[in-house]
Amino acid sequence: MLPIVQHPAAAKEFVNDPNRSRWHDQALWFVRSKRDKQAGSLPEWEYLRETASGIKTHTIANMAHYLQEFERNATARGAVVHWARDAEHHNEIVLRILRDHKTKRIVKSKSMLTEECGLNHYLEDNGIDVVDTDLGERIVQLRNEPPSHIVLPAIHIKKEEVGQTFHTHLGTDEGASDPKYLTEAARGHLRDKFLAGEIGITGVNFAIAETGGLVVCTNEGNADLGTSLPRVHIACMGIEKLLPRQRDLGVFTRLLARSATGQPITTYTSHFIGPRDENSELHIVLVDNGRTRLRESETFRAAMHCIRCGACMNTCPVYRRSGGHSYRATVPGPIGSVLSPTRDQNSYKSLPYACSLCGSCSDVCPVKIPLHHQLLAWRGELVGKKLLPASKRWAMTMASYLFRFPRLFRLVGKVGRFALRILPRWATHHRFNAWTIARELPDPPKETFRDWHRRHRTK
Amino acid sequence: MTMETTKSTQSDTSARQAILDRIQTKRVDIPPLPDVDPERVIQFDQPIDKFVEMLAMVGGQAHQVDSQADVRGVLDEIDVFKTATRVVSLAPDAVAGTIDATQVDDPHELATLDWTIARGEFMIAENGSIWVDGDTLPHRVLLFIAQYLAIVVPRSQIVSNMHQAYERIEGFGGRFGVFVSGPSKTADIEQSLVLGAHGCRKLQVFIVGDM
Ligand code: SF4
Repeated sequence: MLPIVQHPAAAKEFVNDPNRSRWHDQALWFVRSKRDKQAGSLPEWEYLRETASGIKTHTIANMAHYLQEFERNATARGAVVHWARDAEHHNEIVLRILRDHKTKRIVKSKSMLTEECGLNHYLEDNGIDVVDTDLGERIVQLRNEPPSHIVLPAIHIKKEEVGQTFHTHLGTDEGASDPKYLTEAARGHLRDKFLAGEIGITGVNFAIAETGGLVVCTNEGNADLGTSLPRVHIACMGIEKLLPRQRDLGVFTRLLARSATGQPITTYTSHFIGPRDENSELHIVLVDNGRTRLRESETFRAAMHCIRCGACMNTCPVYRRSGGHSYRATVPGPIGSVLSPTRDQNSYKSLPYACSLCGSCSDVCPVKIPLHHQLLAWRGELVGKKLLPASKRWAMTMASYLFRFPRLFRLVGKVGRFALRILPRWATHHRFNAWTIARELPDPPKETFRDWHRRHRTK
Repeated sequence: MTMETTKSTQSDTSARQAILDRIQTKRVDIPPLPDVDPERVIQFDQPIDKFVEMLAMVGGQAHQVDSQADVRGVLDEIDVFKTATRVVSLAPDAVAGTIDATQVDDPHELATLDWTIARGEFMIAENGSIWVDGDTLPHRVLLFIAQYLAIVVPRSQIVSNMHQAYERIEGFGGRFGVFVSGPSKTADIEQSLVLGAHGCRKLQVFIVGDM
């Protein structure tokens, strides 16, 4: 069984470093503002979101049909399609392909799916040298950390820390922290890796049923370099990446980069249809890993629309301050808090509470996943299943009791207001009351709402 | 066939069946597949101006020239072109290369390439990108491995938005094609934008009037 994630405890270290927490908050807000500018530049933005949501709803409903159509067309174009039940099965399939080619060194471009499956560690344990080639992913790989964001894997790391990591691993000057210098060093280091890579592994942004083709979007060009040198390309994708027709890409390529980083499109939007030539191979691994189960839930099915743009993270006031690692999952932030409990309710039960229900995530999501409604729905399910910690359960029971008896409610209100006025600070701010660690109690109101209402209703 | 492959094929088919079965047992209402109404998406009266503006925004440089013969003169003004020794040109009417990529067998041999001069099919105004058809590339890697990239594209070939772009490549039968928008870039270190991540360091786009 997975360990239980207590989001408040997991976030503590990050939050307790006010400089880092504020810096992280501002870095992501900057990305969010760029997104707003791009979204605002298109009068049809809302129309695109609706259309994208409609296309996804249709595709996911009709998934068996489109998966088979995709398989047929991809195979006709010379690709080999594999089906993986779960993470383990996916990893086995990839390793088998590597073994068939006697491969020792692979270059990988960003793929949240392979993160979800823990592919890197699995391959390393089996003697394969795995190089992540996305700069952010390489940074976290060298530091032996997981990514903290699905689009900006190293957003939590300061440039001085990157400098230190590169000094240790790439031999850059000690104390160097200029992003330009560090990026140049990584470029040189990774060029060698690209040239030595025997097989290229990529994720997939979109797969097209009608053509059997794949689309991979990057800014760095690493997916393209990684697949245009070696003869074998392995593309790993969750089954929800499917789109029916090539022209549907018009909608999604317009939404993805604008939502993710505030760019009008990614630098490279590459379309792969079959292997490079007669002497090359393209393997496509279609992965379920809980997706067909998620599809069965009326409440959470729409979470399959996700195109992993990261916009909900950039806008989330909790994510921005607590950092991606506090979610202890491959996908953090609002969508992660919806998805993680579908994998294991007990382990991830605190995540739907790492949310103020402000609804900002639902407003920015390019495929219109009702994220905050889903987070609220999770709370309902978790309460029903008695998966809440005793302290919360007890408080909720008390509150619901109070709300049922108006007289009692009034009395308690009166006591409370009186107490606020007379209680000394030591009685409220002590180590047993976690709520007051960083908060002050409010001043008691001069008049209750009830009194105010009584005064005004006759007028 | 070895035992290993037999086994993997078998487990693949059982996984395939399990996944499809699970989907088919849960029937979900299928709403119709929406299409984009071309009347409801942005169009530009001056698409070239918009393209040039967006290309600058994404870090590329546009040059408007009358004919392919004018390309060379502009490139000669660029220091890193003047000193370049290894150049592949796929637009020989504009620039003659120093390496014939069709004679190269192994793409790894292109590792030290200084410049690629590529051909673009058409421009997309809304995002400053250019569609490059893989069939024009003797090696796919040419577009990504060169230190510097130039793309030559006819001025008459431009669309406003991505819907029109996909309409243009409807039925595309090639193995590879890519929309290129600016030079390769990263902002993975503290959100500072750095041009020249893994691909080209700079991108020059030649918009050619008579081509
Ligand atoms: S849930 Fe929506 S906003 Fe969040 S990553 Fe997925 S697509 Fe983007």
